[in-house]
Amino acid sequence: MRYLDEYREPAAIAACIRAIRDSVTREWRLMEICGGQTHSIVRYGLDRLLPETISLLHGPGCPVCVTPVEAIDLAIAISLRPGAILCSFGDMLRVPGSSIDLFMARAAGGDVRVVYSPLDCLQIARDNPAREVVFFAVGFETTAPANALAVAQAEQAGISNFSLLVSQVLVPPAIEAILSSPHNRVQGFLAAGHVCTIMGCDQYYPLASRHRVPIVVTGFEPLDILQGVLMCVRQLESGRAEVENQYTRTVRAEGNRPARELISRVFRVVDRHWRGIGVIPDSGLALADNYRQFDAETRFTLTVTPASEPTDCIAGLVMQGARRPHECPAFGTTCTPESPRGAPMVSTEGACAAYYQYRR
Amino acid sequence: MDDSTLVCPLPVNRHPLVTIAHGGGGRLMHQLIEQIFIPAFNNDHLTARHDGATLELGATRLAMTTDSYVVQPLFFPGGDIGSLAVNGTINDLAMCGAQPRWLSAAFIIEEGLPMEILGRVVQSMRSAALAAGVALVTGDTKVVERGKGDGIFINTTGIGLVDHALDIRPTSIRSGDAILLSGDLGRHAIAIMSAREGLSFESTVESDCAPLADTVRALLAAGIEIHCLRDLTRGGLASALVEIAEASRSSLTITESAISVSAQIRGACEILGLDPLCLANEGRFIAFIPRLQATQALDILKIASGGAMAAIIGQVGDPSPSPPVLLTTPLGTTRVIEMLSGEQLPRIC
Repeated sequence: MRYLDEYREPAAIAACIRAIRDSVTREWRLMEICGGQTHSIVRYGLDRLLPETISLLHGPGCPVCVTPVEAIDLAIAISLRPGAILCSFGDMLRVPGSSIDLFMARAAGGDVRVVYSPLDCLQIARDNPAREVVFFAVGFETTAPANALAVAQAEQAGISNFSLLVSQVLVPPAIEAILSSPHNRVQGFLAAGHVCTIMGCDQYYPLASRHRVPIVVTGFEPLDILQGVLMCVRQLESGRAEVENQYTRTVRAEGNRPARELISRVFRVVDRHWRGIGVIPDSGLALADNYRQFDAETRFTLTVTPASEPTDCIAGLVMQGARRPHECPAFGTTCTPESPRGAPMVSTEGACAAYYQYRR
Repeated sequence: MDDSTLVCPLPVNRHPLVTIAHGGGGRLMHQLIEQIFIPAFNNDHLTARHDGATLELGATRLAMTTDSYVVQPLFFPGGDIGSLAVNGTINDLAMCGAQPRWLSAAFIIEEGLPMEILGRVVQSMRSAALAAGVALVTGDTKVVERGKGDGIFINTTGIGLVDHALDIRPTSIRSGDAILLSGDLGRHAIAIMSAREGLSFESTVESDCAPLADTVRALLAAGIEIHCLRDLTRGGLASALVEIAEASRSSLTITESAISVSAQIRGACEILGLDPLCLANEGRFIAFIPRLQATQALDILKIASGGAMAAIIGQVGDPSPSPPVLLTTPLGTTRVIEMLSGEQLPRIC
């Protein structure tokens, strides 16, 4: 298939591996930010093709994984209200809140619907004028534009029974948090190509120079990831710490301007709690004051009950690259995709689920 | 309270309620079968964990199976609930190596279903039954109140004759057996998903819904010593391989590049974040065949309807108490094939 097969071609991949071997003289620890990249690495066994001196640490970039328990509890509470329709992307339905997940909420009578786009919710809202339709707006900068567009269109069309339950997160503050940690082991980053497709590369320059760390904006196919590794290793070997773009077929330096403008019009930057990690300053988006009427949290006057995460789960350490999934005592024993203890075991893009799925 | 002192009469894991994922053909459905149904109804036929039961009545061997059909939409590209209800059950009989002969059909109809739709469904069942040479010999009709059904649900039970001496089941597979796949993957799941969600592609994806009994009969007629067969319905190739590995306690190895998935299906999977190995099919199966007969069997599969892309995709390895299913990628690396928890869910990004 065009535009995919080229990036999975064994001969090109073998050549890239040889180039990496020729470039590397010592041990380096790199982190891929995005769960989609982690999934590709484990699915194709890319880390096993690399020289042993290069370790890939798996980053926090799985939106399903980092959505806090409280947000899921709110979504469940909304879905169980008479008259409410809770819409979500499919993979959020299996993520456990403090007691149940959205699948179980549906089994208990909640109206939970899987949609492919937040814009689908506007039609559901039109079709059900007497009911409140809520979209669970989860994700990184990649999902923010479509969510913002849904709100902007709802406002324009005068659809008043639609709102967002927002749990949007941002990548650069998470990189900052990882690099500022005293336990940081990461020496170079493969930044998430799709996030940069929207946001561009601007935000990464200060991170690279302040922390003296190479950041390579990288795609998701096997050859993309290996080229990203090669570019990162070459920087490290020559003592450079720059922002480079491997994913040039998609990412422009300035990003997608209309999408960025829409995000900054509809959302504002707030502190956000990341599941397994904690609160990261300025790391999330909430609806801007002008769009407050579309905020499900104010519309439903919901109260958040603080929820605790299992203490035997090392998800936070896994998502910061400090530990690997199989180093957790609960991995594959008390923690499986059927009964996850922590967030990275839930989504197929979570590091623990990827290891469970492909490597036990 | 210490949780470990609590004993639940039915081991329901963390689910006090049945969820949709329990019907998805993955791990959760297996938990339901292993923890609730098999302990309750335990007998040798059930514990064989095959698609149907092979029963002996004097010198006659019969295969029996049952399946319920709840597909939405009722009509989809390449088939409808009627043809599915006939072919699906015939195929479970075929997976026992049986010649399908008789079907029952039970209809649960929702009040308000247009008579014209019921007529089309029944005509489609008639055509599928005629084509497969089976007779619908008994049936049942129930009507439920509006809102308590989804248009129409159909259950069919099938009985077939087993006129060979082979013992076709997971425990019959042997180290060194070849694993054959009867065609390309994913057509039924993507056809249903695109009809249900209004997703459109450059051309219409049609379900692979088709009867498989003639193909299996052709293998038997050619003297192929079939060890095991499994059709690739819910849970797809991945679930079928894992089920057979676990039931036979044999490790299995497959080669990704040998598995055919059309460009259209691959494209849909890339867009939706789905794995073609886990997609449902309604006209594909895998066969475990002695290595020396593999090429002969492949030739038979290739000339069967829908079999142009049939291939030898792997082999059976050594026995093991916790046997893995391993896949070799085109890059030469290997990964484990695991059964999904429930149904595949389209990803956020």
